[in-house]
Amino acid sequence: MRRVYIAGVGLLGPGLEGWAASRAILAGIEPYAPAAMPRPTGTGLPATERRRATLVTRLAVDVAGAALGGADPGNIVAVFASSGGEVEVIHGIFEQLAGPDRRLSPTAFHNSVHNAASGYWSIATGCRGAVDSLCGYDDSFGSGLAEALLRCGLDGKEVLLVAYDLPPPFPVAEFRPLSAPFGVALRLRASAAPGVIAELRGGFLPEGLPATRLDDPGLESLRLGNPAARGLPLLAALAGDRDAEIRLGCGMGGCLRLEVRPWF
Amino acid sequence: MFLELETQAQASALAVSPPMPSIAIRAYALVNALGVGRAATLAALRSGCSGLRPCDFPGTDLATWIGRVEGVETLPLPGRWARYECRNHRLARMALECDGFAERVAEARGRYGARRVGVIVGTSTSGILETEAAYRDRDAQGRLPRGFRYRRVQNTSALADFVRDYLGLAGPAVAISTACSSSAKVFASAARWLAADWCDAVVVGGSDSLCLTTLYGFAALELVSDEPCRPADVLRKGISIGEGAGFALLERAGGGSGLALLGYGESADAYHMSSPHPEGAGAAAAMAECLGRAGLGPGAVDYTVLHGTATRGNDSAEDRALHTVLGPDALCSSIKGWTGHTLGAAGILNALVACLCLEEGFAPHSLQTRRVDPDFSAHILLEPRHRPMNAVLCNAFGFGGNNASLLLGRLGP
Repeated sequence: MRRVYIAGVGLLGPGLEGWAASRAILAGIEPYAPAAMPRPTGTGLPATERRRATLVTRLAVDVAGAALGGADPGNIVAVFASSGGEVEVIHGIFEQLAGPDRRLSPTAFHNSVHNAASGYWSIATGCRGAVDSLCGYDDSFGSGLAEALLRCGLDGKEVLLVAYDLPPPFPVAEFRPLSAPFGVALRLRASAAPGVIAELRGGFLPEGLPATRLDDPGLESLRLGNPAARGLPLLAALAGDRDAEIRLGCGMGGCLRLEVRPWF
Repeated sequence: MFLELETQAQASALAVSPPMPSIAIRAYALVNALGVGRAATLAALRSGCSGLRPCDFPGTDLATWIGRVEGVETLPLPGRWARYECRNHRLARMALECDGFAERVAEARGRYGARRVGVIVGTSTSGILETEAAYRDRDAQGRLPRGFRYRRVQNTSALADFVRDYLGLAGPAVAISTACSSSAKVFASAARWLAADWCDAVVVGGSDSLCLTTLYGFAALELVSDEPCRPADVLRKGISIGEGAGFALLERAGGGSGLALLGYGESADAYHMSSPHPEGAGAAAAMAECLGRAGLGPGAVDYTVLHGTATRGNDSAEDRALHTVLGPDALCSSIKGWTGHTLGAAGILNALVACLCLEEGFAPHSLQTRRVDPDFSAHILLEPRHRPMNAVLCNAFGFGGNNASLLLGRLGP
């Protein structure tokens, strides 16, 4: 089991407006009330980039910035994880290609790649470290966290994990019905430092044991409704201020088993 | 500025210590416009015949050249695999079924158990060609056909799902999608899975297929050439889009001989979404980190398979990066004039061509390159080179300024 430390959390979802505002809800102290998610602003992006950035990219950039606490990321390693990526841009391209005029917008095309959000984020922050962008369908969060744990635990690098997904527009929504937008980011460190929230030990278990569920039916429904929200049990454990063991779906067959130890 | 880059590259190289253990490449297989399998690819590279042709891809009216794989249309996925049916998975299956690759994976599965063999693939297109068709077939309410298969075809993870299922594996599986560096980065992730003992073997690879999105998308960016692409040529006019798939079976070395992954390096340009950093800063950082991780100096690199897309910007930036890390006269060539730019599959195809070069003591020339850009410092091969090699560097760079470099060589001291 590898040990890493969580040094920052970014969070944006319906009824969950930031980590500080959501801790009591995730700890079960205050009730969860789903509400429309505030529109991501992408304030971390320079004006030119912000104009071109899509909603999903703004969501990713917002939670990434919150996890970093506004600090310069330096040469942090970043792992971006998303199931659908730039769902709205891709939809627009398919519509255009299905019509008589197949000429695409160049901006739409370069915004359509799965790693658009990580590209915009790295341009905005000037971060030149390794930047990854991966997809594990409903297990995208667990797959991304697994990758982040390894990069942090093996290479001793500081790692930023960013998981995000938007419900795709009609007509794809009928075949991929996500219930809500959701974004989460974690800043991981290889060694303890002031400001650390929790210690995390994690390993991959090839046995497909069931993932940890949430007691609150509203939060559980949110967890199942968006691949990025599959990270909610980890956030709930962090918010709970007590040792916890959780399992996250990770790469279809197996699961990621995590021991969470909050720091005070 | 230049001195600063050198310092940065050197700092990256020094940051990695000690060197990573070499990883064994136990089997590999590839499909591209030159043909199906290693022998076909090698024969074409020796013959000097390009796999590029004027664009005849159904539904297109673009004045460009493409690297289409012959025979994909007549090889549907059989039986229970029909649920994954799409051009991207057909290409993947063609690669899995050639060069005895699936058999070698089955042996590894027998040795270690299905749960100890993982899958990491890179793709940028996944099966979106089929989604493009589904959008044309929408009904009066705008709904997609009932048979549309989002998860097994369009989603980026579909390729990882298909390869894992097709090979009967039960270890972790994930897809990396960083545009044209996707299937180079899979080697780095696999190295970590093996180092952490999450797996005993990992199938890495990638597949990207021709589709209207990439053909019209690169045309919109004015990055496609109206003639067969000419990497590093003074008159280069842009890319020829190709398609392909390739896979490799990686294991911890544990002694023995054979091909090996010696190092990898990853970086970001932090510069522009679809143009590389003009001085190749990010590319240089990836190459330097790769050498640092291998514990080797620039003198150990016998030859470099360039990303070499044949756009003005990419080739110039890559040349500057090569100069920064390897010094002047680095021996190199691009395979894009043979196969076209296979986008998300470009990384794995470069890596597997590097494997062929190491095994055959042969480096292909940069096809269609007539007069090398006089501003370049690298030695671009205009004739094939026959000489044994010990270490081959290969590059893959993608949108978002995403860079990956790999060093391929041999196991043992």
